[in-house]
Amino acid sequence: MRDVAVVSFAQTVHARRDDDHNEVELLMPVLQEVKAKVGLGRRLHGEEIDFTCSGSTDYLAGSAFSFVVALDGVGAWPPIAESHVEMDAAWALYEAWVKLQTGEADTALVYGYGKSSPGSLRDVLSRQLDPYYVAPLWPDSVALAALQARACLDGKITSPEEMAEVAARSRRDAAGNPHAQLQGSAAPAELLDAPELAPPLRQHDCAPITDGAAAMILAAGDRARDLVDRPAWVRGIDHRIDPHSLGARDLTESPSTRIAGERAGVGDGPVDVAELHAPFTHQEVILRRALGLDGKTAVNPSGGALAANPMMAAGLVRIGEAAQRVIDGGAGRAVAHATSGPCLQQNLVCVLEGEG
Amino acid sequence: MSEVTLPDSLQGLEPVTVVETPARLDYRFTAGQATTRFLTGIAAKRILGERCPTCRKVYVPPRGACPIDGVPTAEQIELAHTGIVTTFCVVNLQFYGQELEVPYVCATVLLDGADIGLFGLVQEIPADEVRMGMRVEAAWVDDADLAPNLTSIRWWRPTGEPDADYETYREHV
Repeated sequence: MRDVAVVSFAQTVHARRDDDHNEVELLMPVLQEVKAKVGLGRRLHGEEIDFTCSGSTDYLAGSAFSFVVALDGVGAWPPIAESHVEMDAAWALYEAWVKLQTGEADTALVYGYGKSSPGSLRDVLSRQLDPYYVAPLWPDSVALAALQARACLDGKITSPEEMAEVAARSRRDAAGNPHAQLQGSAAPAELLDAPELAPPLRQHDCAPITDGAAAMILAAGDRARDLVDRPAWVRGIDHRIDPHSLGARDLTESPSTRIAGERAGVGDGPVDVAELHAPFTHQEVILRRALGLDGKTAVNPSGGALAANPMMAAGLVRIGEAAQRVIDGGAGRAVAHATSGPCLQQNLVCVLEGEG
Repeated sequence: MSEVTLPDSLQGLEPVTVVETPARLDYRFTAGQATTRFLTGIAAKRILGERCPTCRKVYVPPRGACPIDGVPTAEQIELAHTGIVTTFCVVNLQFYGQELEVPYVCATVLLDGADIGLFGLVQEIPADEVRMGMRVEAAWVDDADLAPNLTSIRWWRPTGEPDADYETYREHV
């Protein structure tokens, strides 16, 4: 296995809507920043970056092949080696990591972006469901998460109080994150006074709707050491998927997260920081249990998806936030998680470590 | 492979072979800075391109970024309403929703001063007389009907000037 590290990470200041900029204009400053941080961006793209991979979805943008125009912001000439996943850019990262493992590339640019503001996110997400039996009913994403939350409450996996604590802690921690959309929170008891939105979920249990983008640079071996003093080495990365049918699995647990975590080696050492992609409060509880995290790990110091949830980038942001803490020296070993699909259907886990 | 045994109530029924599941999603599209500037210009009967600070190419309609250098293209360049047909196609197929009568011609028009062509219809000339290198000008809607929309340019019509030499536009074909 080649040693591959995250050497740079950048993201937008996430917001409910950006009516002034289209997806490319939203993304471009992030691409320039992520390169500038490691002294790149002065030569043609293909001269500095061996492989480019992005994550986004046409259903969010409302147009076909929408990710192709994003390449205008990359400068894809002379022709570059490039790929795309129609999902969160955490999976674009996985593809880039695999590319670096093959030895065909030593550096990679990964980016993800999504503007949820143009459409109705809840309805857009219903298009990813089983097209025969489920999608025609148009179940919205919050209602499906609510089914899972109900199962968690009934199964004594969590409580409304614990969920409110997750929300309050996350958004208070986000006050220290200049990129977060929601910063600060009322106390859990006050949050519980609010009416239920989609029972048992209240507004605070749900991630906000966000327009945002993120980008990351990976490098292998000595190339990583050339670019940054303290690379965040990817010690393990794995992703698994649970059955597509919501009725075919126990919604109160996440076997795919558990297996991915085991394969990525989460338990092989102490976890200083864990950035978990949980758009709903009860899901953080499920994920902590699946990954076997104890109270010693700081969970979502960035505020997590509850503070900003740029679709198609939020998972990459988790990896980036964890990596940045390693790069900055604040953490020695970090875990990052990304999810895709309804009710934690598909999960990716990544273990990052600094040297020394 | 085990046999599927249908319950009595389903015996002898026609299998379902087609399911129609209508879906509609509405979007409020964000034009963005570059497109907003361009369409605002069109509404004022101006054609604005953008120039890349690095390679100096002029793009129209502009997208705010140079696809070669990956940098913002903030400099606005006012372009003439004339150009040449670099390539064209005679459409003979009447398709559902098509308002034009066939045959009609669509073309890539390289405006004077631009480095990429834009798509448009060619009218006011028999389809079989359209040729590469033909000089054209924009046929706008009436001033009162100008809108931030490329339909403000109804089509491109020949100017009658001599055709451009192939060498002058071969890179754009």
